[in-house]
Amino acid sequence: MKQTEKKLQYQTTLIVNGKTEKLTLPAWVSLLDALRHHLDLTGTKKGCDHGQCGACTVICDGKRILSCLTLAVAKDGSEIKTIEGVGSKENPHPLQRAFIEHDAFQCGYCTPGQICSALGMLEEGEAQTLEEIKDSLSGNLCRCGANANIIDAVTEVKANHYE
Amino acid sequence: MNNFNYLRADDTEHAVALIGKETNSRFLAGGTNLIDRWKYNLTHPDTLIDLANIEELHQITETENGGLRLGAMAGNADTAYHPLVKKRYPLLKNTILAGASAQIRNAATNGGNLMQRTRCYYYYDHESPCNKRNPGSGCPATEGHNRLHAVIGHSENCIATHPSDMCIALAALDAVVQVTGAEGNRSIPFTEFHRLPGNNPSKDNTLRPGELITSIDLPAEGFAENYSYLKLRDRNSYAFALVSVATGLRLKDSKIEKANIAVGGIAHKPWRVQEAEDFLKNKRPDRDNFAQAAEIIMDGAEGFEHNAFKIPLTKRAIIRNGMMALNPQETQRPGAGPSR
Repeated sequence: MKQTEKKLQYQTTLIVNGKTEKLTLPAWVSLLDALRHHLDLTGTKKGCDHGQCGACTVICDGKRILSCLTLAVAKDGSEIKTIEGVGSKENPHPLQRAFIEHDAFQCGYCTPGQICSALGMLEEGEAQTLEEIKDSLSGNLCRCGANANIIDAVTEVKANHYE
Repeated sequence: MNNFNYLRADDTEHAVALIGKETNSRFLAGGTNLIDRWKYNLTHPDTLIDLANIEELHQITETENGGLRLGAMAGNADTAYHPLVKKRYPLLKNTILAGASAQIRNAATNGGNLMQRTRCYYYYDHESPCNKRNPGSGCPATEGHNRLHAVIGHSENCIATHPSDMCIALAALDAVVQVTGAEGNRSIPFTEFHRLPGNNPSKDNTLRPGELITSIDLPAEGFAENYSYLKLRDRNSYAFALVSVATGLRLKDSKIEKANIAVGGIAHKPWRVQEAEDFLKNKRPDRDNFAQAAEIIMDGAEGFEHNAFKIPLTKRAIIRNGMMALNPQETQRPGAGPSR
């Protein structure tokens, strides 16, 4: 590819799970790669890397987005929540407990994205009916086919904690 | 994929100055389509000019003529869930929510929605010929897999469709695109913003080089009483339309005073036919009249091996959506599927 000049590095600050992280990055690094390769937060998964699977979902300034289609430099100063910031092994988030209780995963690769997406949906508060919940979570694919159990888990958490 | 530089514009004048100064530069809004196309090796910018810091572009404000100004950088989800959009332009809300996924709608912007490019498989495969990507190389879609492709308004050079749902409502609502550039500001009626492929399919719209969309303005009339969006696709959600229809009706004494109908998924731009809307004036809103309007809308349609089915499907969708618009409270569903 023809390049007209040398490309620059950029100082970028991300507040990830409450911790301020200062990075120096070329512009083309996605938020996903910044999290995984520069901050060693490998909970966020790379599936398709094209915005089709939802595995890379994180919560940025309170909204669920796809980290693969986001440039890290464009989120300078933003607050990012990844799966590492959603509950802990000792004290899981209600969604994490519900996923275990409802057998809502098999291989688990899509799970961090599913949980971040579900958390984003619950905090947005727009999806109310079962049909709306299914539609709102349709950006997260599960190729093991656990979708029915995922919906059950999320619906239960919504009823118990968000109503 | 190539590396690039990254700049942030402070205001619209700065953005216009930067795009004129920086060689091979592009505006960056939500990035959900631009970054994806860059990853597919379809676009190779040397510099991206991020518009995120331009506060005025993020606003949604009422206009003096009773309409609503949607800032080009306002998010798709923020627009759909804006109280005035929900109340006065539910057709727009439903089209936005029928597109993409919740994550993409949170990042994608209103201006960016207009600027997204076709999802034609041959355009996306940079090894294939494509007159849109590589003018003069040919169009394999005409004799290839063309299920998603156009059945009307196409040319021998390109049969791609515009993929947006939101734009179908904006066309039906008679929105106006406000742009600014080195030569000043101008207004583009929505139906003149996108263009047909003709001999120059590489050009999707009528923007001049270096022009920036600042807002999309809605007129006062939002058809909030009688509207419907119907989207037919290969799976229930998170897929592009095979056919979609946005209908807004103004009814008086059980007759149609005004009918605005835009069709998506079938052409290189949102498809609106004035003659069909004129036909419906002072007619009863029934299946027979919508069927006659559908015939007028699809006049001249010509399908290909894998998409000829879209012609009768579009006609049926226009009829169905006209009837759905009579009772939106009962007929509108998440994802804009057919009413039960």
